[in-house]
Amino acid sequence: MKLLPGAPRRERDKKSNGNNGSPVREKERQRERRREAALDVPISVVGWVDERTGAGPFMRFMLFRKTPRGNTWYYTLGTATLFAFLSQAVTGVFLAMYYRPSVTQAYTSIQHINNDVFLGQFVRGMHKWGATVMVILVFLHMGRVFFFGAYKYPRELNWVIGSVLLILTMAMAFTGYLLPFDQRAFWATVVGVNINASGPILGPYLADFLRGGAEFGATTLSRFYSIHMLLIPGLIMALIGAHLYLVVKLGTTAPPWIRPAKPRDLAEEEI
Amino acid sequence: MNNREKERYLREYHILKYQGKPFFPYTVAKDGTMAIVVLFVIILMAILFGAELGPKADPTTTSYTPRPEWYFFFLFELLRVIKPPSIVFIATVGIPTVLMVLLILLPFIDRNPERHPARRPIAMLTFVSIISAMVYLSVTGARAGAPGSVEMKVPAQYNPGKLVFAESGCQGCHKIGDSGNSGPGPDLTHIGARLPRAAIARTLINPTAPMPSFVNLQSQHPQQFNALVDFLGSLR
Repeated sequence: MKLLPGAPRRERDKKSNGNNGSPVREKERQRERRREAALDVPISVVGWVDERTGAGPFMRFMLFRKTPRGNTWYYTLGTATLFAFLSQAVTGVFLAMYYRPSVTQAYTSIQHINNDVFLGQFVRGMHKWGATVMVILVFLHMGRVFFFGAYKYPRELNWVIGSVLLILTMAMAFTGYLLPFDQRAFWATVVGVNINASGPILGPYLADFLRGGAEFGATTLSRFYSIHMLLIPGLIMALIGAHLYLVVKLGTTAPPWIRPAKPRDLAEEEI
Repeated sequence: MNNREKERYLREYHILKYQGKPFFPYTVAKDGTMAIVVLFVIILMAILFGAELGPKADPTTTSYTPRPEWYFFFLFELLRVIKPPSIVFIATVGIPTVLMVLLILLPFIDRNPERHPARRPIAMLTFVSIISAMVYLSVTGARAGAPGSVEMKVPAQYNPGKLVFAESGCQGCHKIGDSGNSGPGPDLTHIGARLPRAAIARTLINPTAPMPSFVNLQSQHPQQFNALVDFLGSLR
C-alpha cells in the first residue's frame, strides 16, 4: 500500500513552462517550483523507507491499536520499569567509560568519577538509586499483574518471561554491588558468593564460576563486571523484546471488575 | 481453564478492547507522564542522596560487618533466623529457589479461571502472606545488626568508645548486650569484669587469631583507641 503520493506535480508545471511570461513571473514560478521540490524531499524519504520496510502499516497498527476499557494508571508500571531500565543502561554506559575493572584500579576509578569527572557523582547516584527504583517498580508491576489476574490465559508465557526478568534484575543488583570495590561491597559479595556455595550439588560450582576460581581475587571483579554489563543486560534486552512483543500481540488486560457493556450493534442482532 | 471458559474470556476481552481507546494518544500520554515521573524521582534521589563511597576494600581484614543492598535484607535476615549449620542451606538456597520456581510456575499452579481478587481468596492469601513475610524480614534485617549501632545504654563519657566499637565491626564476631553475633569471639557484654583495662588494651594490640589487630588504630588514632578501651573496660 502506498502511503503518500509521489511527485506528479512537476509534470503539470512542465506544460506551462514556456518562455511566454514576463521575467518577474518566470522568477516567481521558479521559486515556487524549488519550494515544492524541497517540500517533496521528506515525503519521498518517508515513502522510500515505507516502500522498502512496510513501516507505515506497522506504525499505524502499533499506534492506533485499541486498548481495552478501564486503562488505569496501574498499567503504566510496566513502562515505568522499562524507563528505569533505559536510565540504567544510559548511565551505565557513561560509568563504563571511566570505570576500570581491576582490583588495584576499581576503587580509585570510582573515586575519580565521584570527585573529578563532570557530573560524575550525579550520574553514579542516578545509577545507584535507579537500581533501587527499578527493583521497586519490578515488584509493583508484578503485584499489579497478580492482583488483576493478568497472568492467566492467554498470557501465561508472558508471566514466565516477566519472572525471569525479575530474577535477572536481582542478579543485576547483586553483581553491580561489588563494582565500587569498597569494604561494604567487597564483604557483602564475599558473603553472597558463600551463600551460593552452600547450595547442594550445583552450589559450589556456581560459586567457583562467580569467583573465577576457588579464591576471591582479581578475576572475580572482572567476571562480575562482564556479567553485569554484557551478559545480563543482553539477556534482559532480549527478554524485554519478547515481553513487549507478547504484550502487543495479546493486548493488555482489562481490570477484572470491568464487564463489557453490551455493544449496540450486537444487542440489535440478538433482537 | 477449559475451552468454553477460554472462548468466553476471549470474546469478552475482544468486546472490551473494541470499546476501548486507541493506544495513541491515550496510553502514550499516561506512559509518557509516568516515564517523566520515574526519571524525575531517580534524578531527585541522585541529588539528595548522592553516591557515597566507603573505605577501600581490604581482603586482609575481617573486621567489616557485611551488609547487602536493602533488597537482599530478607535473605540475610533468613540466615540469622535459621542458625543450625546443618539446615543453613535451606535458608540460603532452599527457600529462595523454591520461591523462584513457584513464581515462574504460578500460572500453571493457579488454574482458577476467576480473575477478580475477591473471587480467588487462596491465591490472594498466599501472595499477601509471602510478600508480608518478605517485608517483615526486610524491616527486621534493616534494623538489626546495622554496622555503627550497638543497642546498649552506656554512660555518656563512653559513647565515643561505643562508636569506635560499632564502626570497627566488632559485632561481626562478638555478642554485646542484645546486638552482635555470638561467635566466633567471646561475649563482650561483661568483659570489663573479666579483664582489667590494661589486659583489654593488650588483647586489642596483640589478639588471638583470627581477630584483626588494632595496632594501627593505636598508632594513628590513639584517642579513638583509648576511647575504645575505656568503653570495653566499663562493661561490667
